[in-house]
Amino acid sequence: MTDETVTTPPEETRKPDLPPPITAAGPIAWMRDNLFSSPLNIVLTLISVYLIYKVVPPVLQWAIFDATWTFPPEVVTGDRPPSISDCAPGGACWLFVRARLGQFMFGFYPDPERWRVILSFALGAIGIYGLLGGPAPLKRHFAIFFFVAFPILSFWLLRGGLGLTPVPTELWGGFMLTLVIALVGIVLSLPIGILLALGRRSKLPIVQLVCVIVIEVVRGVPLITVMFMANIMLPLFLPPGMDVNVLLRVLVGTTLFVSAYMAEVVRGGLQAIPKGQFEGAMAMGLGYWSMMRLIILPQALRISIPGIVNTFIGFFKDTTLVSMVGLYDFLNMVKAGYKDANWVGVEISGYAFCAIVYWICCFSMSRYSMYLERKLHTGHKKR
Amino acid sequence: MAEISAGPSGHSAAIVWWRDERKRALLWQVLVVAGVIAAIWFIASNTIENLRTLGVPLGLDFLDFPAGFAISFSLIPTDLDSSIGRLIVAGILNTLLATAICVVLSTFIGFLVGVLRLSGNYLISRLATVYVEAVRNVPLLVQLLFWYVAIVKFFPNVRQSISLNDMVFLSNRGIYAPRPVPQDDFSIVLVALAVGIAIAFGIRRWAKRRQEATGKQFPIGLSALGAILLLPILVSVLLGNPVEWELPALQGFNFQGGIVLQPELATLVIGLSIYTAAFIAEIVRGGILAISHGQTEAAYALGLRPSRTLRLVIVPQALRIIVPPLTSQYLNIAKNTTLAGAIAYPDIFSIIGTSLNQTGRAVENIAIMMGFFLLLSLIISWFMNWYNRRIALVER
Repeated sequence: MTDETVTTPPEETRKPDLPPPITAAGPIAWMRDNLFSSPLNIVLTLISVYLIYKVVPPVLQWAIFDATWTFPPEVVTGDRPPSISDCAPGGACWLFVRARLGQFMFGFYPDPERWRVILSFALGAIGIYGLLGGPAPLKRHFAIFFFVAFPILSFWLLRGGLGLTPVPTELWGGFMLTLVIALVGIVLSLPIGILLALGRRSKLPIVQLVCVIVIEVVRGVPLITVMFMANIMLPLFLPPGMDVNVLLRVLVGTTLFVSAYMAEVVRGGLQAIPKGQFEGAMAMGLGYWSMMRLIILPQALRISIPGIVNTFIGFFKDTTLVSMVGLYDFLNMVKAGYKDANWVGVEISGYAFCAIVYWICCFSMSRYSMYLERKLHTGHKKR
Repeated sequence: MAEISAGPSGHSAAIVWWRDERKRALLWQVLVVAGVIAAIWFIASNTIENLRTLGVPLGLDFLDFPAGFAISFSLIPTDLDSSIGRLIVAGILNTLLATAICVVLSTFIGFLVGVLRLSGNYLISRLATVYVEAVRNVPLLVQLLFWYVAIVKFFPNVRQSISLNDMVFLSNRGIYAPRPVPQDDFSIVLVALAVGIAIAFGIRRWAKRRQEATGKQFPIGLSALGAILLLPILVSVLLGNPVEWELPALQGFNFQGGIVLQPELATLVIGLSIYTAAFIAEIVRGGILAISHGQTEAAYALGLRPSRTLRLVIVPQALRIIVPPLTSQYLNIAKNTTLAGAIAYPDIFSIIGTSLNQTGRAVENIAIMMGFFLLLSLIISWFMNWYNRRIALVER
């Protein structure tokens, strides 16, 4: 390995390489480049350090170190119910969450029947996984499962009857109700949204007009007014004596609302399909519905998957509004907990727990949507 | 073979009518019209029937009834005897007020955070990312309820309120600030302000013409600001301050006088602005990232300083990408103000809700509310489309 050129000294006399100057590499150089490169940057760095110092330690102190995590012994032995006085003042009261977790998750759903809820959501999870990330040849089966078999099965599981103990919808609540509303919204709104989008892109002027009016009116008003309207007006719209329960009314309202947004997402996907695809399909002699079903929609829907997931995330957050028409979803269940005389003054911990749960759900969904976007970016995305 | 080459006239006669595209289109449309008419007839007849059984009349006469309920905050004077119509107008004004404040505030925060997220400063860009990801993944209603509890519970009560120089008071009853009371000579100050603005426009025109003729630049912004601010201040000092400030003062259980930002409105403004700003920040970031780096390099090659590059090259191009999604965020703000109902701010939604409970007039009340929101959406999108056209790329 000895070098024979004249310019380099022989191995034994050669000194080891000096490390690069600390101003060019290493943490100090990194800080110089990224934190202190200009006067403005120095100011910004100082402001951020101050903000972090002011916010992070108190929040950690409140949420972790000063928080109460375990029940006192007399509560564990069952001598008295837990209450706010078991929690240290000045810290988060996670006892409230621990004591009522079952209710937050399942509402008033009877204890021995809760496996049915878990089973039906597991089925839903399998369906969603199969549709979005599952093996391609099975997608059609998964679609039929998710849009036809799953709703019927889970309706039977949740509602009961035919051998299972019936559980009236008044007992549904908590996170389970949130998921029911969100899943019904997505399962129903996708087909309706596709029809509305096709109608809006249709060449038939009256069909187009009707679809545009429905989409724009629904998108022009807030969700809460749509829900309010479904809650109050639906009984008026139906023949006398026909009673619809509150959950069903809310589901009608929310489905209508998400469908309008879904229609716009799908329309975006339809617009991204090159005209040649339509012309090619027509040249093959396909009629309108065969062309849409076999050629256009499979491509358009694939492009719109990230948009559909984003709409779903938005809608998942919006399900909290059902608490304003009196349904006990996750948020409202937590809120109802404060009304208990044992837990007066626990609001901040309760809302923090709510926020954390919603954050985990929405953040993971948005990451998944980003991953799908990258995966589906296959080159022929747009002309 | 002979049948196929029979020509267009024979062609249409040869196929069955339901395979003729034009006839099929007509059939579809007739079916849709029939379906819509049937649905409307079904709904209308049922509603009329149901309203008759309930004994509720249909009409807008209820707007003149005395409301019998008071609202905690209003821009126009209202009391228990005010008519329902007047309270609805007050609610509309409250919604518009909250929307306007939130639009301004969230645009400001959103642009700031969006630019900071692109900053080369590692810490500040990470902080901006954390803010955006934390805020936009939690439902707005949870955030509003959280802020409401935080403000009402953690701000001190009136007697221990935090005061800034005995002029601004923060307490759980809201934020109190001095109110300007114009005196007799105040109109002269307003005239001075108008003159100042006119001078500023004059300076701008003159400076532009001079730059086009000679290439010399003139500090337009600074001199215009000077003209607009200095002239009125000078005039008001000469007149001996024609504005008096009414200070809020503690009387009994609450402050009297001054301007008040109620805790409900404060919660709504803080919560909604922080929430929407996260979305606006992402839009701004996306818009700026979409401008190719070549634009920046070309501007540097022409000798423009970074600040001018941003102002003259990047922002005008990015705005074209930013404005359409920004429009839908503004529409979302207007629609999301309805969540104020959950924190007892008397916006249009909660007033309509109360009025509906009092009068039982479901159809009319909901029609008024929906009509208002449709009109508001229409106006906002019309305005933003006008702005979008104005900044759009002018091509040959």
